[in-house]
Amino acid sequence: MSILVNKDTKVIVQGFTGREGTFHSEQCLKYGTNIVAGVTPNKGGEQHLGLPIFNTVKEAVNETKATVSLIFVPPRFVADAIMEAASAKIELAVVITENAPIKDIQMAKDYSTKNGMQILGPNCPGIITADECKIGIMPANIFKKGSIGVISKSGTLTYEVSHQIAQEGLGVSTAIGIGGDPIIGLSFKDLLFMFENDKNTEAMVLIGEIGGDLEIQAASFIKENINKPVVAFIAGQTAPKGKRMGHAGAIISGSSGSAKEKMDALEKAGVSVVISPADIGKAIKLSLN
Amino acid sequence: MNIHEYQVKKIFKAYNLPIPKGTIITNYHDSIDSAIEIGGKMWVIKAQIHSGGRGLAGGVKLAHSLNEVEQICKDMLGSRLITNQTGPEGKLVEKVYIERGVKIMYELYIAIALDRSLEMPVIMASNEGGVEIEKTAETNPEKIVKIAIDPTIGFQDFHGRELAFKLSIPKDDVPRFVNFAKILYKIYMQDDAELIEINPLVKTKNGNYLALDGKMGLDDSALYRHRELEELRDRHEEDLVESEAKEYGLSYVKLDGNVGCMVNGAGLAMATMDIISYSKGQAANFLDVGGGASAKTVSKGFDIILRDKNVKAIFVNIFGGIVRCDRIANGILEATKNVNITVPVIVRLDGTNAEIGSKLLKEANISNLIVASSLKDGAQKAVSAAKE
Repeated sequence: MSILVNKDTKVIVQGFTGREGTFHSEQCLKYGTNIVAGVTPNKGGEQHLGLPIFNTVKEAVNETKATVSLIFVPPRFVADAIMEAASAKIELAVVITENAPIKDIQMAKDYSTKNGMQILGPNCPGIITADECKIGIMPANIFKKGSIGVISKSGTLTYEVSHQIAQEGLGVSTAIGIGGDPIIGLSFKDLLFMFENDKNTEAMVLIGEIGGDLEIQAASFIKENINKPVVAFIAGQTAPKGKRMGHAGAIISGSSGSAKEKMDALEKAGVSVVISPADIGKAIKLSLN
Repeated sequence: MNIHEYQVKKIFKAYNLPIPKGTIITNYHDSIDSAIEIGGKMWVIKAQIHSGGRGLAGGVKLAHSLNEVEQICKDMLGSRLITNQTGPEGKLVEKVYIERGVKIMYELYIAIALDRSLEMPVIMASNEGGVEIEKTAETNPEKIVKIAIDPTIGFQDFHGRELAFKLSIPKDDVPRFVNFAKILYKIYMQDDAELIEINPLVKTKNGNYLALDGKMGLDDSALYRHRELEELRDRHEEDLVESEAKEYGLSYVKLDGNVGCMVNGAGLAMATMDIISYSKGQAANFLDVGGGASAKTVSKGFDIILRDKNVKAIFVNIFGGIVRCDRIANGILEATKNVNITVPVIVRLDGTNAEIGSKLLKEANISNLIVASSLKDGAQKAVSAAKE
């Protein structure tokens, strides 16, 4: 067990034949991910990496019964790609593309919700269920199989934490990067709830950062709905106010969205909040006792 | 991307949103002619810099005569304006906007921004406009009326009426207000704005609604479809070093400490600043090398970090994913050839090709290069090296 994806999940790749799409699809296939086809308009009928290419997501889904789409298309086409996946009854779109216009994602998410499709990202490293399947761009070898659920806004901090977990002799059930953009698909609370109901997950780690209020929402959700231990770290405790730090979401406006506010809210919800990013692994081990 | 007030007003005008008559000048010799052309007996002179709080800082002044117009323009142009948002160094005023003064019946605050929780644009309006609006938001949040607009249906008249009635706008003015808000929403959506703010929107003694101020922030990711807006970028408003870094795919922000940082990923870069502080040091900068880091960009990163004379040690913290550690190592080696690195460099490499990277560094045998085994080890070594 794990959440959202496992070794049987059938995956298609939109933007399959591009440079990024090709490189990362190869890596995913090597990991054992069940990629069944790719979609590149005007290349339908051809083969790539030994797999069939379709012109449309609908055809790909009809032929392969895929339920997840991994999306690598350039930012100006990403909303179109997400909505095409939703209209083809894909269940989960994993959107790696960064620099997507906010308005486009707002519209694409709205349409996806109406069609029952969930989104991870945009601007995220994807999702990995250790030793089963990797749908994204993370370096596979740092993820050891275990019972910790990882949810993070930041890609590289997902790696850092999963590495620390391994060093403690533990491993991850599923690790997920949700992305740091102003509007994203699945958020902390959605995924915490899935982990709560996953019998192979014993504890969760939440990696947030300054900006927005997803961590605050997660705090009140944890209070009401989560019984498994949760460890949290918020990046940007020392970031100066009003400075933009690369992620569109990482903007502090007034007091709302600061690291302190988020850490306090999580602490009050019973979460073990770590101040130093080097202590996350240790805190997880402690939380299991 | 932020744009200047006079540019915002040009956009307003193109959408038929009423603004006072005004002209932009860069030389005070043009001020009297401009004021005569604008007409009237009272003029407002406004410093054009990207910052809020101009009014309180002396960047917005009233003139009652042509001589006064000239004097104010002369004083303002070429001066540095220090507001509560610019930092102590202030910002150079290169342009001023001269505008016809108006007699005001009442004023309002109106703005549109994305509400990240609702995932929809929200229109905010208040009777308590003016320079104290941020204070109002803190102390009397109920005085700011907010309505979320679902983009599926867009701005409807009922949204505008609801705002107008909650603000107790005189009933003869309600249609005018509704129309004004509708146009503002249209601009917000069509131009991919992140924020539009008018503070104040006024009703004049002549009975017109006028936008006396205008602020707009645009979604950088959407600029590709607004070439005409991209041209409004004012390079002088952007930090030179930050823009130079950006050209190399580096995201750099200067800070006040003495430990330089080079990290991949914004989240890990912030966490690196945090752990330096936790280890009793202070970061000199934020630097995200991005996913496309190469030997060339890493070398540029060192060059940029070392321009800050406060830097006493550099912590290179890389957890390779898309970024490969061997490329970073090669970048460090290239930097040692091209840039005179006078401070200790602490390197922590993990993830993709970390072993190859570490081997490259070891074989090069560089004197002031210190290898760290983890995030914590690296931060501690960097902080103590900076203290020596």
